[in-house]
Amino acid sequence: MARIGVFLCYCGTNIGGVVNIPRVAEAAKAMPEVVFVQDNKYTCSEPGQLEIRNAIVDNSLDRVVIGCCSPRMHEKTYRKAVESAGLNPYLLEIANLREHCSWVHGDDKERATSKAIELVKMAVAKVSRHESLFPKEVPVTKRALVIGGGVAGIQAALDIANSGYEVVLVEKQPTIGGRMSQLDKTFPTLDCSACILTPKMVDVAQHPNIRLITCAQVSKIKGFVGNFEIDILRRAKKVDETICTGCGVCMTKCLVRTPSEFDLGMRDRSAIYIPFPQAIPLKAVIDTEHCGHFQYLKARQEGKDVPDCNICQQTCPAEAVRYEEEDEIITERFGAIVVATGFKTFDHSAYGEFGSGRYPDVISSLQLERLMSASGPTSGEILRPSDKTHPKTVVFVSCVGSRDDNKGRSYCSKICCMYMAKQSIMLKEHDPDVQSYIFYIDIRAGGKDFDEFAQRAQDEYGVLYLRGRISKIVQDGKKLIVYGEDSLLGHPVQIPADMVVLATGVEPNDGAPELAQILNVSYDTHNFFVEAHPKLRPVETQTDGIFLAGCAVGPRDIPESVAHGSAAAVKVTALFSRDTLTTDPMVSTIDQMRCVGCLACAEVCPFNAIEPQVLRDGRVVASVNESLCKGCGLCVATCRSGCANLKGFTLQQLLAEVNSLWR
Amino acid sequence: MPGAYAYYPGCTQESSAKEYGESTKLVCEELGIELHEIDGWTCCGASSAHTTNHLLSVALPTRDLQAAQEMDMPVAVICAMCYSRLKYASHELRDPKTLALVNEVIEKDFQNTTQVLHLLEILDKERIPVRKSLKRLKVVCYYGCILARPKKVTQFDDEENPQIMDRLVSNLGATSIDWGFKTECCGASLTLSRRDLVRDLSHRVLVAAKQAGADCIVVACPMCHSNLDMQQEGIAQQHGDQADMPIIYFTQLVGLSLGLSTEQLMFDRHFVDPRPMLREKGVI
Repeated sequence: MARIGVFLCYCGTNIGGVVNIPRVAEAAKAMPEVVFVQDNKYTCSEPGQLEIRNAIVDNSLDRVVIGCCSPRMHEKTYRKAVESAGLNPYLLEIANLREHCSWVHGDDKERATSKAIELVKMAVAKVSRHESLFPKEVPVTKRALVIGGGVAGIQAALDIANSGYEVVLVEKQPTIGGRMSQLDKTFPTLDCSACILTPKMVDVAQHPNIRLITCAQVSKIKGFVGNFEIDILRRAKKVDETICTGCGVCMTKCLVRTPSEFDLGMRDRSAIYIPFPQAIPLKAVIDTEHCGHFQYLKARQEGKDVPDCNICQQTCPAEAVRYEEEDEIITERFGAIVVATGFKTFDHSAYGEFGSGRYPDVISSLQLERLMSASGPTSGEILRPSDKTHPKTVVFVSCVGSRDDNKGRSYCSKICCMYMAKQSIMLKEHDPDVQSYIFYIDIRAGGKDFDEFAQRAQDEYGVLYLRGRISKIVQDGKKLIVYGEDSLLGHPVQIPADMVVLATGVEPNDGAPELAQILNVSYDTHNFFVEAHPKLRPVETQTDGIFLAGCAVGPRDIPESVAHGSAAAVKVTALFSRDTLTTDPMVSTIDQMRCVGCLACAEVCPFNAIEPQVLRDGRVVASVNESLCKGCGLCVATCRSGCANLKGFTLQQLLAEVNSLWR
Repeated sequence: MPGAYAYYPGCTQESSAKEYGESTKLVCEELGIELHEIDGWTCCGASSAHTTNHLLSVALPTRDLQAAQEMDMPVAVICAMCYSRLKYASHELRDPKTLALVNEVIEKDFQNTTQVLHLLEILDKERIPVRKSLKRLKVVCYYGCILARPKKVTQFDDEENPQIMDRLVSNLGATSIDWGFKTECCGASLTLSRRDLVRDLSHRVLVAAKQAGADCIVVACPMCHSNLDMQQEGIAQQHGDQADMPIIYFTQLVGLSLGLSTEQLMFDRHFVDPRPMLREKGVI
């Protein structure tokens, strides 16, 4: 006979407001093998945990049921409490009376109470069949993978590397730096973005503990926390990185001109190119889609006659061009992963009323950053794209691709209000004759010195804020007529503008959902990665050993991204501070006496944790690699001979739960 | 692929927009598109029903859709307002409760599976054998406020920058000029109560078309046509500038390219006579 203790939590009014806890307690006393019942306002509090501990010791309990919130919330807490009383921590079962009962049945307290009693009854039946389980120790590979070389990824990589651990930083583009490298100034201090970022980029390049792989992305993952095996697909740059000196001769010789991604189409680049002068690594890369040589190869395959071009190969002083270079897969082992894939801006061509992108002088805010940047296409002179004249009247439109359900973007992009204030200030600094108008829904300037900054734009720089939405932009000769509404005055307004800047919102980078699927971590409807807990575990994912940083999780500004990168780094270094990790013992087992060796279990296992094993008598049976097994139970459901079982969730335990309901 | 459609003409086709209706019939005949007029069709509820009684505004067009259901053909519409009302009804009837209520009102068993198409949508999938190129003609396409809006109801085209009519006139050889007033308001039925406002709004459209360098405005809505064409004299009086801008239905333009005569296409019914302009551009 087991001696089971049942502890019931009111969770303030969360459970107690719906479920009649005293009645559940009364019912629990009559359940088989239950020798002790207690309720508590907050079981998870320190006194609550202490009561559990004392009750176990005082009443010689050997099994514990706690009726409280989801095990996802506090199972670990309670296991520790149980362990502190000298019990095996796995001799604990949680009946979820909150998420599975009180929160969803608030409209029917009577039946919610009945359900709570049944949930406790099931937990009691299950726990009496629990066995002591013992975690295993596995070694930790003390190397980190950082995916994404924006400011968040750079910060994470540097912090981990500075703690003495090896880091591989993988970047999809030919250079690190991310969005921040495209910006001119930063709010609210007007620091030069490049001046504060490029030293960090150089640190990455020179750090002995960091290996940088650009033009690359993660293509496959195996293993588990502490022991990931990862395939990195490195796209061929067609230039030998180790030889290229970044002299740029090839770029001047190349005959191809195509819009530059870095300058958002506001300047052309060559087909062999270095994205920008401060790029890290400062190495050329060939864009095979536009390169004359690769177009020649493609045309030849199609039987067409096109002249070949190999001028970059001929003129490269270092002889670094390698047309024959192929994509490669680099397989490496890592203990932890930081995902910092960043953001892109919303494509405003979705807005027909703003011209669907067909008016040259209706530009995005990021394009304006390039126009303002000293290293940009106009060397920092603000010239509108259509006729290269200085715009005198500039209209900003906020929330383009943010807070707009019609475009599927219900969220606020957070940074736009501030960068509009900054850009309008900078416009005035560049040219005192500029008059800026900002159409806004709300001015969201929450942050240190942020509101003062937005106020300064109005008071000192004469920026006119108009509360209202734009209905239409119409090209009228050289002017753009902006039709809008000043909703505070209740009047329609018309502004003949020279240039319109659309504050395009933040959205996750291309490929984010695909990467999330590869890594087996969650992402939301907008394709942002999902944290393990939005408040208390903001840099963790539900998958151990995979951490998040920067705008991959949601819109945030530079200081937040940096802090987030550092936070992820701390989590990684904390993981690396241990030599071994304990694995969850609630894994699958195979009764090899009964196994017929069909290996159907191995086929369904998503973690490749089941392998064939040849016994001494030559019989082939399934065998579970407990380090890889995640305890999902697919094999148990699949096994035809019923020999697979999940520790902590055995078939016998599940059956006991069901049986308890009609006994 | 030419097909057969249950044709819902709408009231204006028999009155102020007779040329729209006639040119539609002729063009469809030429292209082999079968239009079978819905027997006993009634008002779609435009303008008045939907501003007074919601149930009535759904029940009226449903009655017509139900008649089309019996013909087992998709519905073809040309009037933008009729199109909007029929589409709205289909949209509202997706709710089973509304469908049951409306069926009770009209005493029929409508299933709400009948497709509603504007003639522009039908022609968009059609290959038009152009017999007379409209090469020298420069036009702006004016969709009006209602054809493409709201998108979740009509699923017609981009609601702010539609392209379907531009595509059509380009296929006929004419130049479609990009402009910013494709979906602006002409004043619509305010023409009865606030003529001064209609003249302000329509004036903006005419001026924008003129500035864009258009020879004429191509329309798909009888209301737009009436405000822009019939009111042009009044607009000139109110604003002191003569637009002299012919307003042509897209079906008339297709008719011209198919070689139909201006008499057949009833160009004599326009207040601003398009024929001198068409002659100058060598179209007729």
